[in-house]
Amino acid sequence: MDKAQYKNVYVFVEQREGVIQNVGLELLGKARELADALNEKVYAMLLGHDLTTQAQECIAYGADTVLRVDAPELATYVTEPYAQAIYQIIRDNKPSIVLIGATTIGRDLGPRLSARVETGLTADCTGLEISEERDLLMTRPAFGGNLMATIICKEHRPQMSTVRPGVMRMGQRDENRKGTIEDVKINFDKSKFRVRVLETVKQTKNLVDITEAHVLISGGRGVGNAEGFDMLRAMANTIGAEVSASRAMVDAGVLGHERQVGQTGKTVRPDLYFAMGISGAIQHLAGMEESEYIIAINKDKFAPIFNVADLGIVGDVRKIVPLLTEKLKR
Amino acid sequence: MKIVVCIKQVPDTTEIKLDPVTGTLIRDGVPSIMNPDDKGGLEFALQLKDQYGAHVTVITMGPPQAEAILREAYAMGVDRAILLSDRKFGGADTLATSNTIAAALRSLEFDLLITGRQAIDGDTAQVGPQIAEHLDLPQVTYVESLTFDGNKTFTVKKSMEDGYQMVQVDTPCVFTALASGVKPRYMSVRGIVEAYNHPIETWTYNDITVDDQKIGLNGSPTRVFKSFTKGVKAAGQIYEVDPAEAVDIIIGKLKEKFII
Repeated sequence: MDKAQYKNVYVFVEQREGVIQNVGLELLGKARELADALNEKVYAMLLGHDLTTQAQECIAYGADTVLRVDAPELATYVTEPYAQAIYQIIRDNKPSIVLIGATTIGRDLGPRLSARVETGLTADCTGLEISEERDLLMTRPAFGGNLMATIICKEHRPQMSTVRPGVMRMGQRDENRKGTIEDVKINFDKSKFRVRVLETVKQTKNLVDITEAHVLISGGRGVGNAEGFDMLRAMANTIGAEVSASRAMVDAGVLGHERQVGQTGKTVRPDLYFAMGISGAIQHLAGMEESEYIIAINKDKFAPIFNVADLGIVGDVRKIVPLLTEKLKR
Repeated sequence: MKIVVCIKQVPDTTEIKLDPVTGTLIRDGVPSIMNPDDKGGLEFALQLKDQYGAHVTVITMGPPQAEAILREAYAMGVDRAILLSDRKFGGADTLATSNTIAAALRSLEFDLLITGRQAIDGDTAQVGPQIAEHLDLPQVTYVESLTFDGNKTFTVKKSMEDGYQMVQVDTPCVFTALASGVKPRYMSVRGIVEAYNHPIETWTYNDITVDDQKIGLNGSPTRVFKSFTKGVKAAGQIYEVDPAEAVDIIIGKLKEKFII
């Protein structure tokens, strides 16, 4: 493979019902950094149907060129039409790097594409940078987040990686940025369209996005049950915080999966994270240790959560939280 | 109907602990288990066996000791178990792994292939869709539940962050299953007793047809460049005080941070 033929940083900018997902904008910001380091360009791949101003948004967030594919086949995400479209773009344009958000859509699309293109795909990267040899260094947590591994895809192009929502910081929106929009036509092979979408159902329970919260009050086993979480909600209401949970509480059905913090839940980096009665299994730490400030309350003074806490209180959350809520109300 | 389920033996990461002094992983004594999402996928297959008399084969790639999860699968009720094991398969990234498993699957007949969504030791969620691509089969990922029309059409509930999709697909196809969608059955007593009487077929490199440049370390586009432990954060302040005093300390910090 002649690597020199492969150039520029491409981002799959995911939209759902016309709304660009934040992770796409976050990736454009990261792609901008990488492209600047390589002295190359950022391309946004925007797929959908009846698209309007989304391409301008991609430019405002860092794209030099938007490759817009507007086709009825792409109205709702289905693996094969999206894979065909992106595959054609990769084949015709030879990107050096392809970034995809690690959403349920990106994690469905990414591996399908990597196998079609026969290149590597590094999942859930938390760090991306360019090496002296101009390769992409893709850092991801291993073994539940304690060990970090930097992965390299030296002999294959494009270098592909997925990044979870909330991991990269979104760049500043600049509506005066200039860029070009190119409409791309895809020659679909419809004989491969074998999955039929009957309906797409939005569930309001999933609308809360804990990755957007500035303050999170997160509960674990020490909070115990639904009443315990009522207590956390009361506190959250006083300071406009959101409530989240460790895996144990989600598995117990106390809170929905959309509010789970950790390796198999969401990665959060709020300004302030309260770990209430959370011991701090490494899977949990992987999802929250990048928070700006961490306050932990736990009965067990040897709990690993105290290793990442900026402020740790050894004590009973069930006693401390109601007192704290009272004080905050005043 | 013939179903193949791909399963993987993984360390039970919920049992992994950190050494409080060195901050390193304590790997000794961590039990190995059948990956939870794979077990969910196996349960889907066994329910189809209960309802439609499907024939269920499990296949795993791993070292010889991965046989343990194949025995477990027998005890849950599968009909055939295959262990893909060869030093040549080792050191594989997801693409090379999927090439190996896809090669093995080419010599098996099936209507439905099920994998877990992801394995808890790597969390990549890549191998299922990659296998589907190699075999040119349609995929449905994040499968929460499914119904079969008894002929060739599945109606599947596919989970998404903001809701779900109902999709339809005809056999042959590939599903990646969520552990949360189903409660795997326990091994039956009779199953456990008989698990050791069933044959485990071991397939090596010589038993499958695959380009050796596409498997193992040679066939892996990605390599670990370096691994490292995270830098230790500056130690925080820990207080062991009564609740009232704790509240004052927290309030003080919240004011300092302009939260209140």
